[in-house]
Amino acid sequence: MHLTKEEERMYEGEEGSAVAKSMEILVALGDIYGAEKLVSISSAQISGVSYKTIGDAGLEYLQELSVDAHVRVPSTLNPAGVDLEIWKELGFSEEFTLKQQAIVEAYQKMGVSTTCTCTPYLVGNVPTLGSHIAWSESSAVCYANSVLGARTNREGGPGALSAAICGRTAEYGYHMDEARKPVLIVDVDTEIQGSDYGALGYLVGNKVGGGVPYFKFKNHPGTDQLKWLGAALASSGSVALYHVENVTPESSWAKQYTLNEEIETISVGREDINETRATLTTSDEKPDLICVGCPHASLEEIKQVADLLKGRKIKNMVWVCTSISIKAAADRMGYTKTIETAGGKLVCDTCMVVAPVEQLDYKVVGVDSAKAANYVPNMCGLDVVYNELENLIIYK
Amino acid sequence: MDPKIINCRKISKGITSGEVIITRDSLSFLGGVNPDTGEIIDSKHELFGKNIKNKILVMPSGKGSTVGSYVLYQMAKNSTAPLAVVAIEGEPIIATGAIMAGIPMVDRPEIDIFDLLHDGQVVEVNADEGYLKII
Repeated sequence: MHLTKEEERMYEGEEGSAVAKSMEILVALGDIYGAEKLVSISSAQISGVSYKTIGDAGLEYLQELSVDAHVRVPSTLNPAGVDLEIWKELGFSEEFTLKQQAIVEAYQKMGVSTTCTCTPYLVGNVPTLGSHIAWSESSAVCYANSVLGARTNREGGPGALSAAICGRTAEYGYHMDEARKPVLIVDVDTEIQGSDYGALGYLVGNKVGGGVPYFKFKNHPGTDQLKWLGAALASSGSVALYHVENVTPESSWAKQYTLNEEIETISVGREDINETRATLTTSDEKPDLICVGCPHASLEEIKQVADLLKGRKIKNMVWVCTSISIKAAADRMGYTKTIETAGGKLVCDTCMVVAPVEQLDYKVVGVDSAKAANYVPNMCGLDVVYNELENLIIYK
Repeated sequence: MDPKIINCRKISKGITSGEVIITRDSLSFLGGVNPDTGEIIDSKHELFGKNIKNKILVMPSGKGSTVGSYVLYQMAKNSTAPLAVVAIEGEPIIATGAIMAGIPMVDRPEIDIFDLLHDGQVVEVNADEGYLKII
């Protein structure tokens, strides 16, 4: 791989050992994927935050690195394993929380914003069309590439951190036009809404694997719907980019490639979506914990939960997972109070997938996210029910 | 026999020498290896029950969760890591883990090393220059 003079110096250790090690990682990744050079990035989003996933090994690595590492571009963190403020109230152990805090502190020392969220694009980490970035949370990667038109591969946690420290990433894959061409046309011949988007994403992700699907919809999805679709695509498959005709910014560019007769087209109907919805549910029992906000809830989604719960009392617990920034807005709008009065909670910094939910006293988790339905059984060993929030809640 | 040099691609810097442990199975460090001992604990793996600590690990590739990079780093901290990794085709998890851990790693040896190498053979891995030397 070709390095500039400045990059050579970074690689050789003239800017410290953390930069040298990070450059070595970027160059190795570039060599493995056949990159010819590095490209400057404008933003990073770093996974590998929850103590549940990275453990003591991750904590030690980050602490060692934080001695002389500093990020060069605006960077945010993926969700942590606990709500960093109300962990005790939610029932998380002190032992786990102390380790979690130490991980977040190491990132903070490196200059990474400690807003722990899988929706950085809702809290000011918003790359522009065509910009090169290094993001690692799979649903955020899908959103950045597809809805914002920025360019990132599905970086691993250490790779994204290395990119943030060097302000560069290896130029291959989704940084180049070639990988952004559609490979499958998905004709959705029914109007869809709510958790249908997740089911559709789950279904298509299984079919397309790591390819780029091109959707044709009967209706016009908004940003929340595109977020659910992308999260599901990225969890059942390894989709990093999709196009939606007349909706996403690169769809008019992508359209020319859909005219090629060799490209496969599939048609998805109501029956397919209902079938997928059924396979995402693993239990006939009513959920004792409902988690919404996968990926982290927008203010609009929190408003919808508040509208639903206003003036009522709930029997099963409801967690609305989001970031501290969105919660602050929800607090001011009175949504938080409405949800808490009904018996639910706004949970920040974490989610049902990366928190040790299995250590709490819940057995069946209700979710309206196909990504969560896909991961909770394996990551937490709990059953899930996949449905709209209004069908999961039991009122007193 | 003269020392035989096999050119490779360099992945993670460093020079070391030691005894080979070889497998034709790809390895996931997360769940596949006990980081406290260096023992292979994946019962479906060819090396199940064997120890990779202080060996030159020769294998086709890595696989599994990206957390595997951190496991390799932890093994280095615990002094249970392999001395070096030689892969047929390096992939991001092991490559990143090897660099984090400071373990020399090369891949893409120019000839079929499965026919050439066997357990216990002493080799030198030079990941600064990008070669493997049978001593």
